[in-house]
Amino acid sequence: MKTPVSHMLLVLVASIFGSIGAAFLKYGAQELRRGWLHLFNWRLATGVALFLISSYFFVLGLRPPGELSVLYPMVAVCYIWTLIWSRIFFKEPFTRQKLIGLLLIVAGVCCVGAGGR
Amino acid sequence: MSATIADPPRASDQPARRQPVALVFCCTILGAGAQVLMKTGANHMAPGLLGMITNLWLMGGYCLYGISTVLLVIALKDGELSLLYPVIALTYVWVTVLSFLIFHDQINQWKLLGIALIMSGVVVLGKGGRR
Repeated sequence: MKTPVSHMLLVLVASIFGSIGAAFLKYGAQELRRGWLHLFNWRLATGVALFLISSYFFVLGLRPPGELSVLYPMVAVCYIWTLIWSRIFFKEPFTRQKLIGLLLIVAGVCCVGAGGR
Repeated sequence: MSATIADPPRASDQPARRQPVALVFCCTILGAGAQVLMKTGANHMAPGLLGMITNLWLMGGYCLYGISTVLLVIALKDGELSLLYPVIALTYVWVTVLSFLIFHDQINQWKLLGIALIMSGVVVLGKGGRR
C-alpha cells in the first residue's frame, strides 16, 4: 500500500466538507416550500460552495501516489457523516432499513474502488 | 415550462415516499452523464484557462451537474437526507458501466460485486416507508 497518510487525510477532509454541504442543501431545500424563486438562497449557495471545496480536496488526495482502492472507502465515510448530521440537525430517525441500505452501499463503493486499481 | 413553475403539483402536500427517491435516481444518471462529458472534454482540452472555458464538452458536463443539483434539492424538499444521500452512490454504477461502454475501461469482479452491492443497497433504501 503506497498511499500516504496525508492523501487519506485530504480525502477524509473532502468527505467531511461534502457531508456538511449535503446538510446545507437539505437546510436550503426547505426554503423551496415558500416558492420556486427561493431556489436561490444563501443556504443552498453555501452547500454548493462546500461541494466545490470538497471536490478540490478530493482531487488533491487522488493525485499520485494516491490509490483509488484505498481512497474510495474513505469517500464512502461521507455517507456515515451525513447520517449523523441528519440525525442531529433534522431529527431524522436511524432505522434498520437505512442502516442496512447504507452498509450495502458503503461496501459496494469499497468494492468499486478495489476494482479500480 | 412556466406553467409547471406557476402551478407546482400538490403531491408535495402528501409526499409519496418513492417520488424523492425517483428524483435522486434521475440525478445520478445526469451526474454520470456529466462525468462522461467531463472526461471526454479532458481528453481533448486546449491548454490554459481559455481552453477550459471554450471546451463545450466540459461546459456541458458542468451544466448537467447544475441540473442534477437542482433535482437533488427538489428531492430533499420532501425527502429525508439520510435516506436520499446514499442513493447518490448509484452514480458509481452508471459511471462504471458508461466508462466500459464508451472508454473501454476494464470491468472486473470487484467492480461487478460493487455494482451489485450498491444496487441492492439502493433497493433497500427505496423500498418506501420508515416502518
